[in-house]
Amino acid sequence: MTTDSATVAPPAADHGESHGHVTNTGLSNEKLAMWAFLGSECLLFGALISTYFLYRGKSISGPTTKQIYDIPYTSVSSFVLLMSSLTMVLALAAIQRGDHRRLRVWLVCTALLGASFIAGQVYEFTSFIREGLTIKTNLFGSSFFVLTGFHGVHVTLGIIMLLSLWNLSLRGKLPQSKSEVVEIAGLYWHFVDVVWIVIFTVVYLIPSGK
Amino acid sequence: MTTVLEPTPAAPARSGDPGLLRRPTHPTGIWSWVTTVDHKRIGVLYGVTAFFFFLVGGGEALLIRLQLAKPNGTVLSAEMYNQIFTMHGTTMIFLVVMPISAAFFNYLVPLQVGARDVAFPRLNAFSYWTFLFGGIFLYSSFLLGGAPDGGWFGYAPNTSITYSPGHNIDFWVFGLLILGIASTVGALNLIVTLLNMRAPGMTLMKMPVFSWMTLISSFLILFAMPVITVALFLLMFDRLFGSNFFNPAAGGDPVLWQHLFWLFGHPEVYILILPAMGMVSEILPVFSRKPLFGYPVMVFSAVAIGFMGWGVWVHHMFSVGLGPVAVSAFSVSTMFIAVPTGVKIFNWLATIWKGSLRFTTAMLFALGFIGMFTIGGLSGVTHSISPHDRQQTDTYYVVAHFHYVLFGGALFGIMGGIYYWFPKIFGYLLNERLGKLNFWTWLIGFNMTFAPMHLIGLRGMPRRIYTYDSSLGVNGLNMLATVGSFIIAFSVLVFLYNVLYSCTRHRVPAGADPWDARTLEWMTSSPPPDYNFDEVPEVHSLDELWHRKYSEDENGRLVPIGGGRAGPSEADLLTGRALAPAGDGNGHGTGDHARGRQPHPTAHELGIHMPSPSYYPILTALAIPIISYGFLYGRTSGSHYVVTVLGILLLFGSLYAWGMEPSAEPEEPHDEHHDDGQPALVGATAGELEAGEGDQAPDGDDGGASA
Repeated sequence: MTTDSATVAPPAADHGESHGHVTNTGLSNEKLAMWAFLGSECLLFGALISTYFLYRGKSISGPTTKQIYDIPYTSVSSFVLLMSSLTMVLALAAIQRGDHRRLRVWLVCTALLGASFIAGQVYEFTSFIREGLTIKTNLFGSSFFVLTGFHGVHVTLGIIMLLSLWNLSLRGKLPQSKSEVVEIAGLYWHFVDVVWIVIFTVVYLIPSGK
Repeated sequence: MTTVLEPTPAAPARSGDPGLLRRPTHPTGIWSWVTTVDHKRIGVLYGVTAFFFFLVGGGEALLIRLQLAKPNGTVLSAEMYNQIFTMHGTTMIFLVVMPISAAFFNYLVPLQVGARDVAFPRLNAFSYWTFLFGGIFLYSSFLLGGAPDGGWFGYAPNTSITYSPGHNIDFWVFGLLILGIASTVGALNLIVTLLNMRAPGMTLMKMPVFSWMTLISSFLILFAMPVITVALFLLMFDRLFGSNFFNPAAGGDPVLWQHLFWLFGHPEVYILILPAMGMVSEILPVFSRKPLFGYPVMVFSAVAIGFMGWGVWVHHMFSVGLGPVAVSAFSVSTMFIAVPTGVKIFNWLATIWKGSLRFTTAMLFALGFIGMFTIGGLSGVTHSISPHDRQQTDTYYVVAHFHYVLFGGALFGIMGGIYYWFPKIFGYLLNERLGKLNFWTWLIGFNMTFAPMHLIGLRGMPRRIYTYDSSLGVNGLNMLATVGSFIIAFSVLVFLYNVLYSCTRHRVPAGADPWDARTLEWMTSSPPPDYNFDEVPEVHSLDELWHRKYSEDENGRLVPIGGGRAGPSEADLLTGRALAPAGDGNGHGTGDHARGRQPHPTAHELGIHMPSPSYYPILTALAIPIISYGFLYGRTSGSHYVVTVLGILLLFGSLYAWGMEPSAEPEEPHDEHHDDGQPALVGATAGELEAGEGDQAPDGDDGGASA
């Protein structure tokens, strides 16, 4: 690790460029913090997914996975969420070029795709509940709703983040020089998508045996 | 405590985008503390709050000892006893040792690495307020129907709604979730500060050991907290929404709780002890006038502990019945983790070997740490032998063991750290005569309290039981332990008196470098100005300050640079009298002044741009316990969820206002257009620009998650 750099820029005459001064790692503080935070999140989802794994096929009463999953439906909503990562990349590329109009278009697209995923999840939850599976029904219900619900809360927070950026940009407060803010929001967004790939595989695709 | 910062002329409260609240500008007084973002003030707040909780937790310990002084004691009822021992453990771990360590982290890390503040000053304030509110939340349970009573480990299903229908456990669950947010955010901040903001020339392997230990414990916090967060969430869902995670009737597995809890719980042990190890590693070299023996090995052994700490948790569960393979594997890993710890102990011994020792109070506590921690470490190794462990499980032998590592280890180290850094923080030396009385009563009281517990446990007295029978043959030993605990209480009073005495009646100004120390924090005045260093030092070596003061002649003898007036004389050092202030003008040729108590130029005059105070950290932190109260009472009556909703609104409102507020106000009232040129952020306050996604995400998530 090279450390020939100061965090403390010379006083004065440094106005304007917010990420101008160099850090020891070369990453800005915000970006490093986001990476560290995502590391912490890995353990959070890791513990939840382990719990789901432990209780797979252990439910004493039904309904469980086979009776209730609609794999084609969830595949479509997973596809929608993964596409939102693409639009997130396009949003970042737009602000890096200084194309603020496209930035806003892609930010809204990403938020809408995320919102469709959440709407799909809400529909899925309600249909499960109608079919008699609640968080109280059995171990599957408990671990399924808590794990996927947790992920849903993360996506929702991501949507709020994206809409805040869109709002900032509308008010002219998101100049090209601060494209890193979009990049950091993108890191979070992509992370949430990657976690969904794992959850979708573990929860929906791998058969539980029962 | 004392307000150590000079008033600065209030900067014009101008902002291109005035938020809901005007930017606070109070330079002194209570509001300046409420809105502060200065890492030194936050460190002091952490320290004072944690010390207050130490007195509370200590009071609980005395109640326990009074109850157990005689067989069939009647001081506490069984229910009250459960609450008291649960709160004693929870307090000492989450409200005392962790936050006192956080106090030292906050105060010292930027000074040790030559930064002007931490990476995210407002986030730092948020961590403190969240911790404070979490502590108040936990303790409000005493007034609201009963404190948590399931032990600090909260084993399910004992903590499930069936067996603990009251709100006691709910307070524990939400309290620990709140405290978890505080620690995680604090750890994130310190990791970024340490990895990103070191002074020019300070490579990782030139970083002071205490800063290294901070980095490692912060990583442990960052990765361990989410695990207990999940465990607490599962329990919360069981209790509030009727899920079945720990419900054996539905096939739920109570051992899952134990795995999740101890997977957090064992790294937690190192979170508690590594900071104290760091403090001892700073104190011993200074008072031995020798460099720390094997610095790289000290660092790597701590990193090894950080990794191996994740592979030993099952030794808390040897009596669960996990089968011979699991038990053997974790026996071996538990024996193995003693190796890097042993390496550290031998390195400390080698550090003081043939040194010119000065037996100051700080040094005595550091030496006490080595002795007591070694005893605790050895009784820990006895637990790795699982047949032996089965015999001792849930007896007082275990209580003796972990008090030897947490009190004999962590608290001895912390006391040493307080005596060592007090002059830096408050500008006055603590009285040495009182300090020595403090140390010896502390050492004697400690051993009298906890050494007999080994025997009490071996004779079969179980822990967590509120009475014992006189036929057990432990009456005398229990009485001895109770007497010992009151000697510790006396020692704490001596310490408090010492602080009072040294800050009021008998002030000895410390000067910049009273101990002839080795690291950067001693280069600036005591207390340091709010911007820490007039000029950020350039670092060329480990123990930078030492190398600026001394060089060696051809025989390897120390030669003071610049005519032999850089530190106390050798004779003074040997007799331990070298405590007189080194005097003002003790500048070590650094361009930095050691001004003592003379007024500093303000940051403004020096052209250093520091982060501005803010209301939003405390407002955001306030939202979290409100949300928690809403959930807690929502369990019994759904209408209370209104409170949760209000809390969430406050959370998002203040987060939004926080995001819109620049980290530092523009220095001069310049033009109103902030659209292109953002407010400049010079100095260490890189972060927290506008939307500040870095902040928003962690807070938002944790808040949302507890929602």
